[in-house]
Amino acid sequence: MNLLPWTIYVSFAGACLALVAGARSAAAARWTALATAVAATTLTFLAARDFVPGAGLQTLVDVPWIAGLGVSYHLAVDGISLTLLVLTGLAATAGILFSWNIEERPGEFFALFLALIGGVYGVFLSADVFLLFVFYEIAIVPKYFLIAIWGSTNREYGAMKLVLYSFAGSSLVLAGMIWAFAAGDATGFGLTELALAGARLPFPEQVAIFALLFTGFATLAGMFPLHTWAPTGHVAAPTAASMLLAGVVMKLGAYGCLRVAMPLFPDAFLYCQPVIAWLAVVGIVYAGCIALVQDDFKFVIGYSSVSHMGFVLLGLAAATPLALAGAVLQMFSHGVIAGLLFAVVGRMVYERTHTRRLADLKAMPLHRLLPFAATIFVVAGLASLGLPGFSGFPAELSILIGTWQENPLWAVVAALGIIVAGAFTLRVIQISFFGTTNLAAIAAAGDHPLPPITRAEKAGALLLISATLYVGLKPDVLLDWIVPALQSPVFQAVMKGGNP
Amino acid sequence: MSTPYGELLIALRPEICLVGGALAVLAVDLPKNSRSAQARLHLSVALGLLALATAYAWNLSAGVPGPLFGGVLTLDMLGQATRAGVLGLAVLTLGITAGTSRLRHPAELVAMILLATAGFTLMAVAQQLLLAFLALESASLSLYVLAGFDKTRPESAEAGLKYFLFGGVSAAFLLFGFSLIYGLTGSIELPVISAQLALTGPSPLLVVALVMILVGFGYKAAAAPFHLWAPDVYEGAPAPSAALIASASKLAGLALFVRLLWPGLGAASGNLSGAAGWLPVVAMISGASILLGNFAALAQRNVRRLLAYSAIAHAGALLLGVIAAGLIGPGALYYYALTYGLATVGAFGVIAVVERSGRCQDITDLAGLRARSPLLAGCLFVFVLSLAGIPPLAGFVGKFVVFTGALQMGGIASPAGWLAVLAIALSAVALYYYLVILKQALVVAPAKGAAPIKVPAPAALALLGAAALIVLFGVWPSLLLGLFQ
Repeated sequence: MNLLPWTIYVSFAGACLALVAGARSAAAARWTALATAVAATTLTFLAARDFVPGAGLQTLVDVPWIAGLGVSYHLAVDGISLTLLVLTGLAATAGILFSWNIEERPGEFFALFLALIGGVYGVFLSADVFLLFVFYEIAIVPKYFLIAIWGSTNREYGAMKLVLYSFAGSSLVLAGMIWAFAAGDATGFGLTELALAGARLPFPEQVAIFALLFTGFATLAGMFPLHTWAPTGHVAAPTAASMLLAGVVMKLGAYGCLRVAMPLFPDAFLYCQPVIAWLAVVGIVYAGCIALVQDDFKFVIGYSSVSHMGFVLLGLAAATPLALAGAVLQMFSHGVIAGLLFAVVGRMVYERTHTRRLADLKAMPLHRLLPFAATIFVVAGLASLGLPGFSGFPAELSILIGTWQENPLWAVVAALGIIVAGAFTLRVIQISFFGTTNLAAIAAAGDHPLPPITRAEKAGALLLISATLYVGLKPDVLLDWIVPALQSPVFQAVMKGGNP
Repeated sequence: MSTPYGELLIALRPEICLVGGALAVLAVDLPKNSRSAQARLHLSVALGLLALATAYAWNLSAGVPGPLFGGVLTLDMLGQATRAGVLGLAVLTLGITAGTSRLRHPAELVAMILLATAGFTLMAVAQQLLLAFLALESASLSLYVLAGFDKTRPESAEAGLKYFLFGGVSAAFLLFGFSLIYGLTGSIELPVISAQLALTGPSPLLVVALVMILVGFGYKAAAAPFHLWAPDVYEGAPAPSAALIASASKLAGLALFVRLLWPGLGAASGNLSGAAGWLPVVAMISGASILLGNFAALAQRNVRRLLAYSAIAHAGALLLGVIAAGLIGPGALYYYALTYGLATVGAFGVIAVVERSGRCQDITDLAGLRARSPLLAGCLFVFVLSLAGIPPLAGFVGKFVVFTGALQMGGIASPAGWLAVLAIALSAVALYYYLVILKQALVVAPAKGAAPIKVPAPAALALLGAAALIVLFGVWPSLLLGLFQ
């Protein structure tokens, strides 16, 4: 178990090493990065083997850090965080494999990439809100440089918009946490201490602080109407960065809602529940409809990300045991599948055809030119729209059933979103890969071959596909961790109200 | 009663050592053209560093804590820590000075830096209005000279003159305020003043005195609406002078200010819910600085002016720390001021080195810094992100402790709470202009023909030292915060 904190340290150390190695050669930098990501993932798997699922956080490290404020360096893990740690490892490894062709400033690219990953590991392991916030911000800043330096379309605008949205969100969180600490006379910033302090506050104040915390975190999770950074940012980002953005960074926001905002103020959460649920439902349908009419391949995936993250938020808002478990499972599932979709669009297609306009792609017989990409995209697309057998199916199904138990109307409208998701996914598969019916063009495909799919790309794609397939066929591997974690008193309070 | 001059000499050993060092450095320029300017610069910087190191060592063994020499001085944690802090910032400034190449009388520059530092260390321990004023003015006079030191550039002369005129007027306000306080209480010693004010209570004359004092300090701290000199001075002054004005001078000034306000005039603080006193006024100045600094910085195209407006915004947050010091003590303020100083010295240090091979005024002059000097770009990354308050750098913890203190002071519904929320909200605005700097340095490609920049060893050491300290204090804040518990 005590291996888990090393995921953080290994990632940051790897970031420094990659920076040094990058000065020598690009190959050295990328192998360093891959070794780091694989090492961190291996650590997670080793720790997961010995993990005993249970209610409540299991402390890994707890040392006082800033005495005057009662801040401690407190790392802990439960089934929810472990699920997301596994996701982080997979997304990071795949992201590096899909960045194998980075030749411009490779050392800095992988250093920033790994620093971001280290921050993400840190967020998922923190049991102290101050510490969580520190790691949260460490994960935000590298995104600016990843997008602004290595990005594509409108990259400086996209990078700045994304970072300012994230930072504005985290400012809300900062204000909320300091307010809770100061007003409640808390003894420290630990989750337990802050929850005790929060319970002492008058109800209107609880609602106000909860609103700050939840809105702040949900901005990063892409909650409607604060989601607009996500599509622009995804489109501007280089492939690996958009994989990470959709794959893990948006999860940071949802995780913050689940780990910090909701357990600290369970009563306030139940009071705000309908608002959050409706925003989530609107986000699902609205973003899905926007995705339906996009002309840019990556924008389709960007909006689909927002739509699928809406399911996570809906699961959180419904707050039945089934819905919460589904929400965590959906975080994992969407992380893997969105990574895969962005990899196909950004790396396999865009970097070979140099266009993402669906109208242009339509004219190319891509299924002949890039059969591997076509296969992967079809599989990932089907996984994304929730085909049984893939991880999206158990996740979205549990969310919908769990939501139905709370309020059937939310579930019905959200189910419309699944239909829309089917429509835009099939539309984009059809147009992009199977668009042309011109037999001559298809027959002539062999005359102008595109660069073949590399081995690194195949490895990354297969890694992610096997993850979504494995979890889809055997969701219990994750649910056996998640469900006991939800038995802890803090989450019981979230579901039923009252203080733990 | 015999006057304990021996005690005084022991307590003032750092200042004596600095003044002695300044005189010794001046002698370096005396032999006519015997050495090159570069050699004289290095010799005088070495002497200066020696003086600062000795002063630092003596500060550590300055004697028994408590009032000294009839209450003129006080040796307490704030005083000792501030002395150590300004000495450290002065060391970094000297390192930067060794990295600048275009100064004609390097020894004089170093001597003025040492004299200013002596003023700062005295400000840190003064506990009597007269000594406080003398310390402040001796420091300020040295700074006026430093601002106008580059006689070959009209901008530098303008900076010196502007700084001198504004500073002179503010000194007059301050002195007038002090004299009114003396008239009201019959004393110039802070403990006696405090006791007297508690007895007599508020009076119209006291309000006038407080306003005068706050105006005076507002100018010195470059807080809105008394900030007008700052952008011009930061723009025109030689980079080492600007670094000293922005860092050590701020730290010493705030130490003096907080000592004067809370232990001295604490009885006249009033409160934030409307009772007359200096607290509501400081709160207003703080809010105005945070708003004006952050929004005006958005429009800047000149990197030095941008740093000036960012300094105004930070001055607002620092004044919030002054307010919060009434509840949580000066630890948070000290931490914020020192780490802010480190980041600013560093930022001006980078500007100073870039100026060795060309202009560094517009933000675009930093374009492609990464390719021209990875070291400078890396250090600038740390400094700017610390100014923006990004963890795990020290700037974040500084903001955090100050805002927490402010919210503890009166809750969210009090002006201190509003100011904390305002400052947090505007930190997202601030991130924009800080990223604009970093975008030029790290994202944009260098201009055609921009040569690589060679960083002289002393400057490289100073910059790396400042960056390392920012990381160290950020990761391990108890190093500084623990001193005050």
